[in-house]
Amino acid sequence: MKELVIISGKGGTGKTSITAAMANLAKNKVMVDCDVDAADLHLILNPQIQKTTDFYAGKSAQINPEICVKCGRCVEVCRFGAISKDFAVDEISCEGCGTCFYQCPSNAIKFEQVKSGEWFESDTRFGKLIHARLGIAEENSGKLVSEIKNYARLVAKQNNNDLIIVDGSPGIGCPVIASISGAHLVVIVTEPTLSGLHDALRVLKLTQHFKIPASICINKYDLNLELTKKMEDFCMDKGIEIVGKIPYDKIFTQAMIKEQTIIEYEPDSEVSARIKEMWNIISFNRK
Amino acid sequence: MKIAVASGKGGTGKSTVSTNLAYLLSKAYKDVCLIDCDVEEPNCHIFLKPNFNKSNPVYVPVPQVDTEKCIQCGMSLIPKDGQSSIIGDTLPLRSGKCAEVCQYNALAFVKGKVIVFPELCHGCGSCGLICPSDAISETGREVGVVESGLGQGFDFVHGKSRIGEAMSPPLIKAAKQAGQNHNIQILDCPPGTSCPVIMAVKGVDYVFMVTEPTPFGLYDLKLAVDVMRKLGLPFGIVINRSGENDNLIEDYAKAENIEILTKIPDNRKIAECYSRGELVLKALPEYKSAFEPLVNIVRGLL
Repeated sequence: MKELVIISGKGGTGKTSITAAMANLAKNKVMVDCDVDAADLHLILNPQIQKTTDFYAGKSAQINPEICVKCGRCVEVCRFGAISKDFAVDEISCEGCGTCFYQCPSNAIKFEQVKSGEWFESDTRFGKLIHARLGIAEENSGKLVSEIKNYARLVAKQNNNDLIIVDGSPGIGCPVIASISGAHLVVIVTEPTLSGLHDALRVLKLTQHFKIPASICINKYDLNLELTKKMEDFCMDKGIEIVGKIPYDKIFTQAMIKEQTIIEYEPDSEVSARIKEMWNIISFNRK
Repeated sequence: MKIAVASGKGGTGKSTVSTNLAYLLSKAYKDVCLIDCDVEEPNCHIFLKPNFNKSNPVYVPVPQVDTEKCIQCGMSLIPKDGQSSIIGDTLPLRSGKCAEVCQYNALAFVKGKVIVFPELCHGCGSCGLICPSDAISETGREVGVVESGLGQGFDFVHGKSRIGEAMSPPLIKAAKQAGQNHNIQILDCPPGTSCPVIMAVKGVDYVFMVTEPTPFGLYDLKLAVDVMRKLGLPFGIVINRSGENDNLIEDYAKAENIEILTKIPDNRKIAECYSRGELVLKALPEYKSAFEPLVNIVRGLL
């Protein structure tokens, strides 16, 4: 079983549309949406939820004013400024470290698990999708990503799937690190803008840091041919494979509005042809 | 005065709005500072080309254990679930209270010896406080750097996280602190809806929510609106790449009674100018009117 993770560094490069199109082409796979902060893959795949599981990121402190003797120890030890002068815990600032709970001399603090999201096992027209919804302003998205990826591995094993396709999140922080851990191949979807290249290089360094093989897909390549050439030269020089070059096209938005993959929306378009070509290269590399 | 530029979805044009807004404000007001809080993937410097004259590494505290002093105080009466019960009464389990109180598994006992996993540590200091033998002191883990300087005639600060570092909020906090004394602060926020965004928008006076008229843009905008409402922050919407599908956002904004502040047209010229790392207002000054309503909002708040 192989894991293919699609990330981008920069947001809005077309990562999810391309993931959906590849999910359309791939056979015998499980899909995972690891962009748990702002998951969008379901908007194309129209999942029928089969099973919902609560997600507990960690614990949260709560002060019982009837027991509290207002000694101020909790305010003093909290490094996140989460306890106000009148001894109320600001749940948004609380990191769930429990320092106040362990230090309170009068046992006035409750420290319990809180539900901070849920995740789903769903059926789609392309197979199983594991996706999640993090609660509003919740933290620990990395833990949620790990949880749904582990579950996807289990599902893939049970169903004898030989591929897991993962839609990652933008950035290079905690959810991204959790998304790429254990991946066999990472595809970085970038665009020929200075920002896109800057961000792709940072996320490329991240994959190198964790010793995960990565290749590049240049979306909207004709937006700036000079920068595309620069990216190609750079990749050639570093021995990084460019698996796809896709033109700037309104078809991305049009397909999204129709809740279809690009392949479904216009199978004979140039964009579809380029994605199919890319998929062939990736499938070949996978073997 | 702090103004945040945020969005749920990435790539909707936050940096375009914040750099051009700061540029426009700096023509009318003194002491404008742009703070790039997207520390995982900071981009504003590409457009401002600042001369950085300050660069400060940012550290979070992590424990350091003096194994000579560690008495393996385990078999504690403080189990992690917080319920009082007596555990480990039969097994000679060598452990420590530090590992038991740590919620992030950043300390573990292996064969009687404590091991620290600095990358999992949130720097809460709980381990040091609970240690009965004063064996734990603190050292720092570098999470990134905060750089500041001048670009396009106004002050600029950004945070840049270290590759491989999972935690960005402490660095975002440090970047905000570095720019906090300026009269007008524009904060370019990271995408998403979780801790990095919360840290970035905390304490701001107003939020410009940048979105694009696509189903993904709309869905992520709704999530971001939920966050701002939960935090009780005032906000309005900026439609970027505005065009034939604007009704997607307009219908939602109307139903939710949210003001659409301005629209920036979907135009290949703007996209190309962005690709080359140029400020829209410098390369294509005819789009000034699209940013003016945002300047007026700031003016009204001053």
